[in-house]
Amino acid sequence: MELIKLLGILIVIIGFALKKDSILIILCAAIVTALVGGLGITGLLNTLGTSFVANRAMAIFILIMFVTGTLERNGLKDAAASLIEKIKGASPGKVIGAYGIMRGIFGAFNVSFGGVAGFVRPIIMPMAAGSIEAKGEKVNEDHLDEIKGMASGMENIAWFFCQVLFVGGAGGLLVQSTLASLGYHVELIDLVKVEIPVAIVAVSVAIVYYYLKDKKLCKKYYSKDRKEEETA
Amino acid sequence: MTFFMNSEIMIGAKLLEVIYIIIGLITIYTGVKNGRDEENPSRMGTAIFWCSLGIVIAFGRWIPPMFNGVLIITMTIPSIMQKVKIGKQNPPTQEESKAAFDKIGMKIFIPALAIGICAIIFAVFTTMGALVGVGAGILVSTILLMMFSSNNTPQVFLKDSERLLSSVGPLSMLPMLLASLGAVFAAAGVGQVIASIVGNIIPQGNVNVGIIVYALGMMLFTMIMGNAFAAITVMTVGIGAPFVLAYGADPVVIGMLALTSGYCGTLCTPMAANFNIVPVAMLDMKDRMGVIKNQVIPALILITFQITYMIMFK
Repeated sequence: MELIKLLGILIVIIGFALKKDSILIILCAAIVTALVGGLGITGLLNTLGTSFVANRAMAIFILIMFVTGTLERNGLKDAAASLIEKIKGASPGKVIGAYGIMRGIFGAFNVSFGGVAGFVRPIIMPMAAGSIEAKGEKVNEDHLDEIKGMASGMENIAWFFCQVLFVGGAGGLLVQSTLASLGYHVELIDLVKVEIPVAIVAVSVAIVYYYLKDKKLCKKYYSKDRKEEETA
Repeated sequence: MTFFMNSEIMIGAKLLEVIYIIIGLITIYTGVKNGRDEENPSRMGTAIFWCSLGIVIAFGRWIPPMFNGVLIITMTIPSIMQKVKIGKQNPPTQEESKAAFDKIGMKIFIPALAIGICAIIFAVFTTMGALVGVGAGILVSTILLMMFSSNNTPQVFLKDSERLLSSVGPLSMLPMLLASLGAVFAAAGVGQVIASIVGNIIPQGNVNVGIIVYALGMMLFTMIMGNAFAAITVMTVGIGAPFVLAYGADPVVIGMLALTSGYCGTLCTPMAANFNIVPVAMLDMKDRMGVIKNQVIPALILITFQITYMIMFK
């Protein structure tokens, strides 16, 4: 009958998979687990209270928000846009790659420029499309769709794997607290160090992959790129 | 006050407590402002949520655990009933940020990067810890912004943080709630149960097999749940600890890379709608799976790299 203790885990998996309210799922799972695991309501409230207070470090992002909004108000995004516009002789692949590097470096400092809605759509996409038009070609629609997909992919990969380099980021804090509840004590800075190679490989893999893919697509869709290939 | 006067408690711990009080006060301010905001469609629920969250963050240390537990349950109620709403907001206009950029220029990167730099400096060179460093960075950043422009009054900072916090909404308590769920799982002995089941399938004592199962499990669970944070609490208790860490593997390498193995799953699933489906709509793409298709190959390369890394440096 030990199996009944897994009911909470089942609730989490099914709940998230069915896209139910996250907070409701977690609360249900906690209540059910506490009841079947013999903690009772008092035990649940005590464990919940103790652990929540022990994990207040995860609320550090609220303190960071104290300046994030005001940075945006003072032209952070405009500065990022003028930084990336400096790359010359661009192709869509190069624009996406340059964005990946910038996103990754700033991501490691927990600085964000607005993601797909705030930066990719208004700044990266016009730059990528412009780089094709600068060569006197009309942008192919299927190619544009692929560029959108690659730019979003670059956004996600650079952000996921570089934000873990911020000392005090949510990911590291959650790993630290998960390990602590199992009796292992780890430091945030050490968690960051082990992620450095992963972040570098992640951004590099994405840049190379999207660059090669875009090069192939350019050859497929535009006559000038084909001709260059023939003469080369 | 006895806590702050006690000379046996490290200065880092005291400063961290001060940071929690500031965070709590920002959160309570969010509650009070929305509670008094006639444009907020749900003033009561919004105020209850943010005020009780703020009280637990700011003063939780001095409140009995049982009562903290009650406050946590209290704040989940308006959230589950969808009664936490956004009120009147004043986001920066394009003209405003453009004008500020013309005036401040590239210098704006200094306060932006100051937070991370201070966190690293404090983590490496002091015993106060990275989070106190984040706090110091915020102070530096705030002072610089105030020097750059006289428009940046304390009111502006406070209103902008309220704007961002309100837009994140109740999900801002999710990481803390997930960590607490992990603690409830551990207290109820869930880990042992999973360990005894999985133990029948994978050979006990083979750490490399354990690592592969843990990392692929993270990826798979994240794909099913759409959330690596939810997956890691479950997977570490059930598989990471009993099959990998129990045999002396390094918790730093294993624990942290497990999370980023989960991120490989995030790249491959429509369940992570925020990252993979919302952009399709925002960029007006024809193929609903257009983002995911461009992420599968990098994700497979990265999971392979990370498993190899874990096995080599365990």
